[in-house]
Amino acid sequence: MEKIGILEGRQRQIYEKKGEETAFDITCETTSLSGSVSQRACVFCGSRVVLYPVADALHVVHGPIGCAAYTWDIRGAVSSGPELHRLSFSTDLKEMDVIYGGEKKLYLSLLELIERYQPKAAFIYSTCIIGLIGDDIDAVCKKVSQEKGIPVLPVHSEGFKGTKKDGYKAACDSLMKLVGTGSTEGIGKYSINILGEFNLAGEAWIIRSYYEQMGIEVVSTMTGDGRVDDIRRSHGASLNIVQCSGSMVRLAKQMEEKYSIPCLRVSYFGIEDMSKALYDVARHFSDNPAIMEAAKKLVSREVGKLYPQLQQFRRELAGKKVAIYVGGAFKAFSLIKALASVDMKVVLAGSQTGNKDDYNSLKEMCDEGTVIVDDSNPVELSKFVLEKEADLLIGGVKERPIAYKLGIGFCDHNHERKIPLAGFEGMYNFIREVYNSVMSPVWQFAPRKGGLSS
Amino acid sequence: MLLRHTTKEVKEREGLTINPAKTCQPIGAMYAALGVHGCLPHSHGSQGCCAYHRSTLTRHYKEPVMSATSSFTEGASVFGGQANLLQAIDTIFSVYDPDVIAVHSTCLSETIGDDLQQITKKALDDGKIPEGKRVIYASTPSFVGSHVTGYANMLAGIAEQFAKSTGEKKDQINIVAGWMEPSDMREIKRIAKEMGVRIVLFPDTSDVLDAPQTGKHEFYPKGGTTIEALESTGDSKSSIALGCMSGEPGAIALDKKCKVPFQTEDIPIGLSATDRFIMSLSKAAGVEVPDEITAERGRLVDVMTDMEQYLYGKKVALFGDPDQLIPLTEFVLDLNMKPTHIVSGTPGQRFEKRMKEILKDAPYANFKNGLGADMFLMHQWIKNEPVDLLIGNTYGKYIARDEDIPFVRFGFPILDRIGHSYFPNVGYSGALRLVEKILGVFLDRQDRDAPEEKFELVM
Repeated sequence: MEKIGILEGRQRQIYEKKGEETAFDITCETTSLSGSVSQRACVFCGSRVVLYPVADALHVVHGPIGCAAYTWDIRGAVSSGPELHRLSFSTDLKEMDVIYGGEKKLYLSLLELIERYQPKAAFIYSTCIIGLIGDDIDAVCKKVSQEKGIPVLPVHSEGFKGTKKDGYKAACDSLMKLVGTGSTEGIGKYSINILGEFNLAGEAWIIRSYYEQMGIEVVSTMTGDGRVDDIRRSHGASLNIVQCSGSMVRLAKQMEEKYSIPCLRVSYFGIEDMSKALYDVARHFSDNPAIMEAAKKLVSREVGKLYPQLQQFRRELAGKKVAIYVGGAFKAFSLIKALASVDMKVVLAGSQTGNKDDYNSLKEMCDEGTVIVDDSNPVELSKFVLEKEADLLIGGVKERPIAYKLGIGFCDHNHERKIPLAGFEGMYNFIREVYNSVMSPVWQFAPRKGGLSS
Repeated sequence: MLLRHTTKEVKEREGLTINPAKTCQPIGAMYAALGVHGCLPHSHGSQGCCAYHRSTLTRHYKEPVMSATSSFTEGASVFGGQANLLQAIDTIFSVYDPDVIAVHSTCLSETIGDDLQQITKKALDDGKIPEGKRVIYASTPSFVGSHVTGYANMLAGIAEQFAKSTGEKKDQINIVAGWMEPSDMREIKRIAKEMGVRIVLFPDTSDVLDAPQTGKHEFYPKGGTTIEALESTGDSKSSIALGCMSGEPGAIALDKKCKVPFQTEDIPIGLSATDRFIMSLSKAAGVEVPDEITAERGRLVDVMTDMEQYLYGKKVALFGDPDQLIPLTEFVLDLNMKPTHIVSGTPGQRFEKRMKEILKDAPYANFKNGLGADMFLMHQWIKNEPVDLLIGNTYGKYIARDEDIPFVRFGFPILDRIGHSYFPNVGYSGALRLVEKILGVFLDRQDRDAPEEKFELVM
């Protein structure tokens, strides 16, 4: 470990906050250096995770088998009804298909699948190989759509065409083709779409219920517990609420341009951000003061319940150090605030896909000495965890075993969370999980932080 | 609920896979490469592949899995990935400092026609590979074969690119390991030690993917076959390849390069396959089978006789990888159960040939591999002819739940349980563990379902 340093060419993607003078623009939104052990994925991955929770649509991966196999039921986006999204469909391209093209195979596959499953719509994901061999998936989709009478939407997600973020864009472009194709009849004035909330462990249900308690109609949840028909009529809503800005801001912007629907960026993690997410919406509908009244009532009820519980955790968690490495930077902001409510100290804040503004905001939010990093790798993560003596790592699948090997606690704030972490009850779950992991008796038996005693 | 769309009626499908019983080559290559000491696998393609393979292996082993990527962009896809790979080799040696880089291709780099042999040669000529370090490669296009093929291809690459023959034979036997768990590799080493046979086992993922907690994140844990040991395989007396599809290509490569004769055995899963492996090893090394091994066998047979009343006539559906399914099906027959449906996504005629042999007295058995052999088909078969037990990787849980069938997890990947990487499935002790697991689910089911008047202390 000692001889492993920071990758050459990555120095400007890492920043340690020390006084004012060292401020510089972090390098970000670049592709990873060749040869790095990156924690990032590809364009296809971005599209797949965003569209995955549309539960009554067919999701067909056009390419060799791997891309479909690895994304089979990979994200715990729960559905209250249909579960078509959880099956794995692939054209399973072979050598001959790569040589002669896979359009016919795709066409036949789609006919069979639509016949069998009667989906409301179909998303066709184009993978690396399709981009190279030049299958005209747009033409196939158009043809099948005409023959079968359902929207069949190409998703241009060739893996090599950029980063995961470009996959989000491709997903938004496909969704945008659905938006505006349904009837908006019966949608009231106080209505919203919830964007970028993927209903992991049922989080969208919590958020939806808050807004409904405030007297607001939720037209569609894109894409958590998503339904094709809801998305088709979503242009009838008065406001778009965007969480996970990286994934859905593009769609919100397009809807703003085309249908004049304004949008609000929010986060549902932590007391502060969750309350703000409700108040911001209430303020938007200020011509109806009852909404703000209801929001205040809801927040005070929930915070009243939550606050004493958090105080108990805070006694023991105060002063513990946390390293955060998540996909989107916006989530990192919320986590920093949420952890502050139990007096935990963030020593590393990193993201896979943050932009300049995100990193500048992170710099402002973080304490002196905090390391801010873009597109990190396991070597750096363990280096910083050790140097900064973190007690907890917050990340995703690939980060979990690293934390445990280093003898520190871990919390999954990515696809694999099994309990809702959004909303007020989510905040309780989150801190309880952090508490249980950081304070676990197992650390008595495990060497910690490379031999450091805690 | 989840699989409620699955219908009984089995129709020929035109190029459509539903719920695959396989995945693609590079992950197999990555796994094999992790069994070389101090090796950093390298994925020559776009970032996503590498991320998916690392995630899947991480979920299966609950261990940090390291691998670098060439990070292809649109430019590389048009102009070729040579520049990316050369830069990657530079970056990896200067920053991550492995002993070996094991490069595997992806569908992307294969389709644009990158020649890994030529690029690695260029890296060597350009002085990008430091003294004493190695860069090896294997071609692993995702649109050919499956993860098993990728494992075999990397294994052949390891054999071919490391083995040397000095002309002086060593008193050692190579064991070319087909796809098995770290626990299985550890068990093979234990058996050889018990028998007093010097072996070189490769690859060897024990102590890499089942490493102890140390408070450190070891980039290169202590396990894996060393370069020195791999080089010496060319001087070994002979090789035993385990698994005709995942292990044998490595042994063939060794024979071709260094004239090391080989024989192929099944992966020693169950009684009969373990018998054959022990006999082969004993013969190849010229040693007697020690009493302790015979006693292990005796204990297994004892349990099989003690419990035969619970196993007799039970119908079993199995899915997974060919080299594991072949001995496992044989074991199911040895246990007097009926292997009724068998599905492997991995294509290959060897599977069909062996299955026909094993199932010659079981005309009721359905089996299929390759094209159209997926979990959807398995589910349809089960709907037509229900079974008492399902054995396969984690993805079987959907069918097991839908049809309410007892389920034993076996194979790759197992994402929702532990144990596979710690307790062996091979050898007599592995077979004993399998019997225990199978009995466990049968008897749990009986305890759960029995009417109260029939519910007894001993069921």
